[in-house]
Amino acid sequence: MNDIHDELVRIVGAAYVSRAEEELYIYGRDQGVQPPGRPDYVVLPATTEEVRRIVLLAGENGVPVVPMGGGLVLSGLSVPLKGGIVLDMKRMNRILEVNELSHYCVVEAGTSQGALQAYLARRHPALKHSVPDAPPTATIAGNVAIHGSGHLSQSEGGFHSEMVTGLEVVLPTGEVCRLGSCSTVDKWFSRAPLPDLAGLFLGWNGTTGVITKVGLKLFPSFPLKDVLMFMTEDIDAVPEVISRIVSTEMGEDINFFVTPKPAYFDGFQMTNVHVTARTPREMKLRQALVRESVQPYLDRKEAGFLPLPAHMKGNLLAAPQKSLSEFADIRKGGGFEYVGSIMPVESIPGAYRAGLEIAARNGVTYSMGARVVGRGHAVMFYYAFPFNRADEGEILQVRHALEAANRAALDLGGIPWKTEVAGQRMILARMDPATVALMERLRALLDPHGIMNPGNWEVAP
Amino acid sequence: MTELRWNPEICAACETVDCLEKCQYVRYSPEQARGERDRLIRGEETAILTDCVTCYACEEYCPHHNHPFYLIVERQEELGIHPVPKPIEKSQVLMMGPKGRIVPEAVRAPVINLCYFPMMKGAIRGRLLGDASVIVGSDIFCNLMFLHFARNSTIRERLPLMMRNIMTHYLTPGGVDELVCYHDECYGTYTSWAPAFGIDVPFRPVHLFDFLNRRLEAHAGEIKPLGLKAAYQRPCSNRLCPETDAWVDAIFEKIGVERTEREFDHGNALCCGGVMEAQQRFDLAESNRERNIADMKASGATVAAFNCPFCFFTLAEKAAQAGLMPVMMSDLCHMALGD
Repeated sequence: MNDIHDELVRIVGAAYVSRAEEELYIYGRDQGVQPPGRPDYVVLPATTEEVRRIVLLAGENGVPVVPMGGGLVLSGLSVPLKGGIVLDMKRMNRILEVNELSHYCVVEAGTSQGALQAYLARRHPALKHSVPDAPPTATIAGNVAIHGSGHLSQSEGGFHSEMVTGLEVVLPTGEVCRLGSCSTVDKWFSRAPLPDLAGLFLGWNGTTGVITKVGLKLFPSFPLKDVLMFMTEDIDAVPEVISRIVSTEMGEDINFFVTPKPAYFDGFQMTNVHVTARTPREMKLRQALVRESVQPYLDRKEAGFLPLPAHMKGNLLAAPQKSLSEFADIRKGGGFEYVGSIMPVESIPGAYRAGLEIAARNGVTYSMGARVVGRGHAVMFYYAFPFNRADEGEILQVRHALEAANRAALDLGGIPWKTEVAGQRMILARMDPATVALMERLRALLDPHGIMNPGNWEVAP
Repeated sequence: MTELRWNPEICAACETVDCLEKCQYVRYSPEQARGERDRLIRGEETAILTDCVTCYACEEYCPHHNHPFYLIVERQEELGIHPVPKPIEKSQVLMMGPKGRIVPEAVRAPVINLCYFPMMKGAIRGRLLGDASVIVGSDIFCNLMFLHFARNSTIRERLPLMMRNIMTHYLTPGGVDELVCYHDECYGTYTSWAPAFGIDVPFRPVHLFDFLNRRLEAHAGEIKPLGLKAAYQRPCSNRLCPETDAWVDAIFEKIGVERTEREFDHGNALCCGGVMEAQQRFDLAESNRERNIADMKASGATVAAFNCPFCFFTLAEKAAQAGLMPVMMSDLCHMALGD
């Protein structure tokens, strides 16, 4: 093992390799309820070439490699289940290109959401990227790799993985590949019209290679922003409300949420519609179209738009949202589990009822909601359970709630998102066997030594 | 349960029906207005119950002080007519309800009631107000806002508790018998709504303007006239205590501010539009905001002066965008003293 350590030091320098006990401890876990693992090494590469050499070394020695972005996935996807090297990508954080006319950027894989957001605001204020409601240290590559979603997912094309215009990846066998237009010309504008190989690295939880660069779509950033909060007290009305609002094409971001606290929200469903515009006149028109879309509800006094004070609007318009981070700390003790499921809009009432039942049965506090994705073809429905990490009983309760939420999502016709190994196995158990076989063949082809994040996307042994 | 002290015979004999004829939001012919009035008296469903934007103005317009607005609210509630969507109404009832979180605190005169606007605490400062004790929050909140929600019942239910809290936890232990109301809404509750419903008020309510006037007199030698022209945004709840409107002029005179001549001032004041948002009357809300700001500008004002925090929250940004400085009345007085 000393040979591997020495070789890693030769590749990245002594300052960027660690097997110190305290660092192995930290890198062996995330904030969720999954059991910790134990890496053998933590390595922070600075270049694609260093990643390539590390992967080759790992392959030669049969050592697992676990790529890690911000380490914020919460479901243990960057926890080394079988030891090996945790490849912390945060040093690869350069923003390489912003194309103002073609609206895309190219970043290294460790570039954080916050860094890109700040860079664009300062240097290219007319452009923005879709920001997930994660801490700003979440990385661009990590988020696209897990099919993340964010503030422009509703209006601008869906999951963040769908906003990828190209990738540079290091294959488990050490080759560096460019995917998309950048494979053929020195421009990162599109994955089409070539065979779309980027999908081999999106949604695979780091089991097929290491993403080192990302081309990402950017979108216009308008100066005027507002948020309308539509309040209902009939969960069964929510899918139609969302569908009506989505159909106006005026909502940049649409989020549904329910929460038992504060008490004046308990029992109601809130759908926030973010509207942006270039001019006050445009803003008025957009707001009016959103409001008119739900006029029948207003006429019947069954639902309505809640007047929001300026400070509340400010909080709701912040990207990323701070409210979930604050909710995450309700139980204190640093534990937070966030279970997402991708499901069709019509599944929202069922998911809501299942969430209430699961929270009550497991005695856990909850927050639930859904972000509309891709003009309403799907939502990312989330259950958030905070817990006290020092309380083993609470951890167990949340773990049970998590399993139940995953099962409920599948029963409702949804699919658990960025789910932990147990959830992955639930999905695989219901997946078309031919699809499972194809996944296994592709993995075997790409990763013949089985070094990439082993334990993930594997049928139960 | 207390009943509204309203005399149907006075309404029935009213020749002018000013309550409806002077209304800024309905256009009834005299015959229609009398028909509306008669159906209101009989407790029948009628157009005004859904047309009403709850601007309080008819309370001021009635020459007989016979509480036409409180009657409209009573009828709306009796007939289940909701000016605001039901979930919003329910949520607001929960949001503004007493939380039972009073921390008893020693007070001494003067005691200023900041209503349910804790964010306004910064206004109680300086030579004018700095020595005042402040009470604020859901457990002393007058709840008069529920006039906008057709819920006299909520005010009836909560007001006695609020007054008990004010007395038990603050005024009685402090040996204080008067309460300065920062918000017109509270003053209107104690001087208009409570008597109209036969509810005794156990302290003497003092309007902020009255108090500011007295304080400005006491500090007359320290005032540096501001030399500003201010458009005053008269709030809906001042309709319940129209006699206090003259104090605005008295205050402005003391601090060297000219109250500009507005179309929408005094008896013709125009609602800021905030409540209309809750009622989902978005076009009307926007129209009122725009008309108010345009009117302020046309009056030659450089300052938009407010006494109602809710009006301030609704109009301040637009006023500022139009080049007007939005200021609360109390802050305008502080400015004159350099505080």
